[in-house]
This record gives sequence, C-alpha cells and structure tokens, in this order.
Amino acid sequence: MPDDNPAEIQQRASDDTPENREAEAPQEARESQSQEAAPQGPEEVVAGMPGTGPAGEPIRVISLAERKRINRREMLKLAPVLAVGAFAVTKFRQPLLDEGLAFSDWASGKLFGRHRLARTFSNRDVAPFQRFPYNFYDVADPGVDLEAWTLTVQGLVQRPGEYKLEQIQALPKVVQNTRHVCVEGWDVIGNFGGTRGSDFLRLIGADASARFLEVECADEYYESIDMATVLHPQTLFCYEMYGQPLDRGHGAPLRLQMPTKLGYKQAKYLNTVRVTNVLRADKRGYWEDQGYSWYGGL
Amino acid sequence: MATTAAVMKPTEVPATVTVSYEHPWAVRIAHWLGAVAVFVMIGSGLRIFRAFPSFGPKIPQQDFVHIPGQFTIGGWLGGALQWHFTFMWIFVGSGLMYLIYQLATGHWRQVLFTPRDIKGVWPMVRHYFLFGPKPAVDMAYNPLQKLAYTSTVFLGVVSTLTGMVLYKPVQFWWLTWLMGGFHYARIWHFAAMCGFVAFIPGHLIMVALHGWNNFYSMITGWKRDPEYLD
Repeated sequence: MPDDNPAEIQQRASDDTPENREAEAPQEARESQSQEAAPQGPEEVVAGMPGTGPAGEPIRVISLAERKRINRREMLKLAPVLAVGAFAVTKFRQPLLDEGLAFSDWASGKLFGRHRLARTFSNRDVAPFQRFPYNFYDVADPGVDLEAWTLTVQGLVQRPGEYKLEQIQALPKVVQNTRHVCVEGWDVIGNFGGTRGSDFLRLIGADASARFLEVECADEYYESIDMATVLHPQTLFCYEMYGQPLDRGHGAPLRLQMPTKLGYKQAKYLNTVRVTNVLRADKRGYWEDQGYSWYGGL
Repeated sequence: MATTAAVMKPTEVPATVTVSYEHPWAVRIAHWLGAVAVFVMIGSGLRIFRAFPSFGPKIPQQDFVHIPGQFTIGGWLGGALQWHFTFMWIFVGSGLMYLIYQLATGHWRQVLFTPRDIKGVWPMVRHYFLFGPKPAVDMAYNPLQKLAYTSTVFLGVVSTLTGMVLYKPVQFWWLTWLMGGFHYARIWHFAAMCGFVAFIPGHLIMVALHGWNNFYSMITGWKRDPEYLD
C-alpha cells in the first residue's frame, strides 16, 4: 500500500463515505473491545478500514491509551529539534556560534579555487575615485612617514629585514579593475595597481608551504591571511589606485588588495609582514578577534 | 484479565479514536528545524541588512528602510553574521531533508502546486477570508495550502541560491551571473525574506484557526479524526 499512487489513495479516502463507515463502525467497536480484553495487543490496524493517510500509512482506530503511547513515542523522536535549543542557553550560545563560524570558514577554505578568478571590469564600470569610500576603524591617516617608510619582513622567509617601496615596485606590476566588497553589504568597483602576492613572496624568499601571512599596520590594525589566498593571481600588494600612488586615506604607501576577500581583510598602511604556520588566538585580525569570520572569503 | 470483557457493561466500551499518519518523522523534523532556522535567518539577516540598509551605492548612500534593532538577532553586525553563518547550515539541511523525503516517497505530488490547482485557490480564499462556503476537500492539501507550501519551498531555494551568491560571489561566479549580478542577488535575497515574512503570519493564523488537534499532528505525526473522513 505505501507505494500506491497518492491520487488513488486520495480517491479511496474520499470514497470513504459516511455510509461505508457507519456500516463498519460497529465492527470496529467490537474489535477494539475484544482487543482491550487482551491487554498489550498489537497496534490495532483495522484491516477493513479503507483508505490511508497522506503519508501512506493505514488509517487506524486505536484506543486512547494506545494513542497516548504513540504520541509519546513520536514526540521523543523530535528530540533532535531540542538540541537546537542549546542556542538559547547563555552558557552554550557563544561556543556554538564560534563552532558554526569555524565550520563555515573551514568550508569556505575548501571551496576556494586557487585559480578561480574574480570578475574583472572594464574602465567604464569603475566607480569614480571620489565615490570609492574611505573606510577606517580608527584614524583616516595614521601619519606614516612616507619618506622613511620600510616594510619589515619576518618569519619563515629566507630574506627577512627591511624592504623599501622601490624594491616592491621593481616587481612586475599588475593593474586590475575588481570589486571591493564590504562585509556591511556595499561594494564598489575600483582600479588597483600593485605587485602580485606570489611575486612578493618570492622576493622575500618565503616558505611556500607556510600556512599564513600575518600583517601589522601603522594604525595598529592587524590581519592574517591564508597562504592560498596570498598566492592567488589577483592578490596584490597594492601601492596604486586609479593610476596614482595610494593616498593616505586608502592606506599609503602599501595595502593588501584581494578581490577574493572581504574589505576588512584588505589591511592598509602595512608596516610588518610575517610568514608563519601558527596564528595567535587573540591576534588573528582586528575584527576577527571581535567575532568576524576569519576566512572572510568571497 | 480475561474476565474484564465479561464484566464490562456496554456503556464502558473503551473509547477509541480514528487516527491518520499525516506527517512522517522526516517532515516533522524538517518543519521544526526549518521553522527555527527561518526565524534566526530573518532576525540575523535584518541585523546584517541594518549595517547597510540600501540597495544602491555607498556614496551617496540612500537608505531603503530603517530596521529597529529589537526586531533583529545578534546585537551587532559581527554577532548577526555568526548566527547567519551557523543557522544557514540548519536552514539548508532541513530544506534538503524535506525535499529528499518528498522526492523519494513521491509525496511531493500531494503538495506541489500545479496549474490545475489555480482555479481552486480563489474558492479557498473566499472561504477563509470572506466567509464563503467551504469547498469540497478531496485531497490531502487544498489548492491554497499547496500554493502556500510550494511557495515556501520556492522561497527557500531562492534565498539559498541568492545567499550563496552573497556569501561567495567569486566561487559561485556562474550563480552570480545567473542572478543578474551581486546587486540583484542582494535584492532577491531580501525579497525572499519578505516572502517568508508574508507567509509566516498567514500560516500561524491558519494553524490557530484549525485548532490544537491539527497543530498537534505536526508534533506527533498522527492526526485524530482527520477532516478528510468527515
């Protein structure tokens, strides 16, 4: 019966006219009465009853006690729903949400295509420079001494030390029109120029098997990026926007620009980069340490 | 024990009830997990939207609507994103569970709204809202129910696909393209949410009107004295 065509089932259910049922009713009553006499009888499926419920199960006539027993059993089977109730318990809430976010980040990393490119746009689609928002968490201009500026390179690299902007600019330059997406929901298409992350890592002799790149900024901002993203062909150590050197509001003299990451990952005013295999729990990123997704990938 | 029947007088015939299995376990689990997930996704989604309540550019920003904080979940953007990125798995998981069950059992035929159901919608609306006569019930779900439940599946699919675009526009570049771009995905995502917001009060009113027995069947699966036997 379970595999019956539902249309037929419905037909049968509707065939179950009052006349039919009235004729059967006394028999049902007798049956359940006799079964009551033999306690703990099997579930009383009334064989003579035509029709099944919408789920394909026979419609049954049962005692109230049996109904109570079934209801209790079926209710217990919904226990998994109560597990979600753990989110309502203050003590468990944040740990559970942290797990949820960590799982989403893990899945995001798996999904990331190392060679999958973000869409690039024609110059016509690029927002005017005046409409590219200045976004900062603290100060719009941390007062970097652009003349004396050097980038400190540390960690798992063959050539640690201080790097001048000219050394970075001597690497092949990439200019691209890509979408900058803010976690808040807005986005803007901009023009960015800089050197590829992969070329920069080669310059400093980074251990290509290392897992993370940490960066620290002149405005005390800090970030960490998974190595797969640093090596992505569209990831830039960006020193130009709209054909001009980065201005102070956009992170002069050097910032990250990764069209596969959200805006808060694109650290500005870079001071220090560090290649590492271990992230410090409370130094994963300025916003990440307050609850944003660490992966922040697009 | 055997004597019980003999002693029993006719007036003491044990009470029996007719019950029908309406909602299998998979459907009930999916329903309640989905209900919780939709609630959380809407609440946290509104808080996320509040961070940039516009569908236009950032400069100049023109807000579309202001969403009062007390209608939201998460407390701040980062908190709301945690809820959203956690419950999205429950939302999609319960939805997939429901769809797989419906497809595997063939029960989708009972609930899928098809063009044949169109003509039955208005009589049901007239019955519910304008005190019209009750149309004859000859199927498990009436045309208005089919429309409502099929709509929620549609809304679930749309909110999932558009959500995937907003979450990973680069990785799901083909979906981004299909949705008409990142901006449109954001609009469709919001629209799907509005669809759920429209469905929920109607659904709750109907549940309230149909009483405890009907509601209880979504918990235990078995409905007492099903109306299609009347």
